[in-house]
Amino acid sequence: MQQQQHSASALLQVQDLRKWYRLGGGWLGRPAQTVKAVDGVNFEIRRGEVLSLVGESGSGKSTIGRAILNLDPPTAGQVHFDGKPLAGLTRRQMRPLRRAMQMVFQDPYSSLNPKHTVEELLSAPLEIHMPQLTAEQRRDRIDAVLKTVGLNPAHRVRYPHEFSGGQRQRIGIARALMTEPKLLVADEPVSSLDVSVQAQVINLLLELKQRLGLTMLFISHDLAVVGHISDRIAVMYLGRLVEIGDAESLLNNPRHPYTRALMAAVPNIDPRQRRPRELLKGDIPSPLAPPSGCAFRTRCPHAQPACANGVPELRMVGQQHATACIRDDI
Amino acid sequence: MNHLEPIHFVAAEDSAQVDNILEVRDLNVAFRTAQGHVHAVRDVSFSLRRGETLALVGETSSGKSVTCLGLLGLTPPAPYCTISGSARLAARNGKTYELVGTPERVMRQVRGGVASVIFQEPMTSLNPVHTVGAQICESLRIHLGMKGRAATDRAAELLNQVGISDPKRRLTNYPHELSGGMRQRVMIAMAIACEPSLLIADEPTTALDVTIQAQILELLQKLQSDNRMAMIYITHNLGTVAEIADRVMVMYAGRIVEKADVVELFTRPQHPYSRGLIHSVPRLHSGRVRKTPLFAIPGNVPDPAAHPPGCTFGPRCGHFEPGRCDAAVPDLESARPGHLVRCVRWPEIEGAA
Repeated sequence: MQQQQHSASALLQVQDLRKWYRLGGGWLGRPAQTVKAVDGVNFEIRRGEVLSLVGESGSGKSTIGRAILNLDPPTAGQVHFDGKPLAGLTRRQMRPLRRAMQMVFQDPYSSLNPKHTVEELLSAPLEIHMPQLTAEQRRDRIDAVLKTVGLNPAHRVRYPHEFSGGQRQRIGIARALMTEPKLLVADEPVSSLDVSVQAQVINLLLELKQRLGLTMLFISHDLAVVGHISDRIAVMYLGRLVEIGDAESLLNNPRHPYTRALMAAVPNIDPRQRRPRELLKGDIPSPLAPPSGCAFRTRCPHAQPACANGVPELRMVGQQHATACIRDDI
Repeated sequence: MNHLEPIHFVAAEDSAQVDNILEVRDLNVAFRTAQGHVHAVRDVSFSLRRGETLALVGETSSGKSVTCLGLLGLTPPAPYCTISGSARLAARNGKTYELVGTPERVMRQVRGGVASVIFQEPMTSLNPVHTVGAQICESLRIHLGMKGRAATDRAAELLNQVGISDPKRRLTNYPHELSGGMRQRVMIAMAIACEPSLLIADEPTTALDVTIQAQILELLQKLQSDNRMAMIYITHNLGTVAEIADRVMVMYAGRIVEKADVVELFTRPQHPYSRGLIHSVPRLHSGRVRKTPLFAIPGNVPDPAAHPPGCTFGPRCGHFEPGRCDAAVPDLESARPGHLVRCVRWPEIEGAA
């Protein structure tokens, strides 16, 4: 596949990434089961671009984010960051790389220690990754980053509970920016925020991308949000990519029925255009017993008997646009 | 606070319009907190017809949830929380209940029987140590006196009604064995178990995936038209409002700032706050994808214990005019028939973007 080619412009390359979890098999004697949370995923993120991973809960998108950062080391497959393989690195060897790849979490309430002031929260990454800085340099850096994310530097003495949800997410972003990372992994950074504040945070991320030249992996379940921020979009279903492509091409010409279903689920803002929609039936199947062949066929309105024969591979359907659906006629 | 004499059962003829099943007049809810007196809901009045959906829209701490908690008597007891005003709710059997100042004994009949509520997070509103079946049957037993086989059969029927397949087996499941969407369906089944005349849905889809959100919205619409239930739909996302509501009430800092029919509100929003909320909804672009900045309402909701003078939205408003906007709290004026707006500048800014 073309996406696997090593190109100099790629900051992150993910090859055949797998993350399996074993369940059971303990002393109670139940047979062990394997959950294939991520099962053979390939993509790369080019320098300065925003790649979004989209899918429902249980599709494996957050697992990928964690596997890339080695927070949860992958079962198999390779992750190259800046040309260097991450597999088999010790914690000590991983540390300088951690500085270059940071994460923003979904819930700004549980991801900030309530007992630490903003200053303490933001100086922790500096103490670990830039111990050479003097106290004064550290303070300057905190002030600068707080300004960058649109917070008042005077608020550095405050505790997280003194901020609103949107402001806390800004603190989370500020913490990720402290070490001057190259890659930011943002895992559903706006889904717990009010819509009006969501827009503020998305705009901030876009601005940071432009100003600091950040590369970003943006994880979300909402295609409408993703459409505003992405250069490229990858759609996941039950641990695999089902479609990946340039944002414009993918949103204007979605080729996989699952991508279309996600688009149809976005509420229509015009009450005059209410109409019955083609809704996706049911929930995502259990990853313990995924359907044979194409995992989406049990919910797919276009499924045929042939869809049960083997897992469809991603195939190119345009320049930089690939889908894992065997049908061309839909 | 003037506590009205509780009127538990008023004859049906008493209510002026028989078709209005809920009449809320001058509802005020205030909390006593360590930070001082917080007036969370101020002078909220509205009515609701049978089969109608009213969307209550606003950001966190706008007072939208407290309005509904206050109606159902789910706020803390006095003196920590005081409620005044009047709210009359008509049951299906013709009885009318006054909800403000009513003893807990009567409210227990109202909640779950005449009015039910679905909360945002189904995992925390279901009891984790009881099966789904036991929790649905509890409501049937308390309100309708159903027991044993009859209750189980009815519970299975309800699960079937909310689109859960194999309902008999699902009744024996515990909440953790269900997906988020299924849990919310179970919550809905419990809420409609006694065929209430009013259903309050407090951000029922916020914790769900967009695909499941679309399913739940469709289910609510279907149940509502089948049962002719009135619904109050609380949300911060105007996108879903366009899909489900008949009328919309926008709240900010405890007050209604705009109220209109859904098409009117989306096509001719008058209050700058409503406009901001509409513009900040992310949309799927057809045609060229442009990464233009999304419209965002600057700033944050004011501290409920320290509101700015005059119009509370003033400090975040692009049309703020010193001397006029901060002079006094604007009145709720009629912009057009059935369209109320609380902004002193609405006639001037109507044409502006």
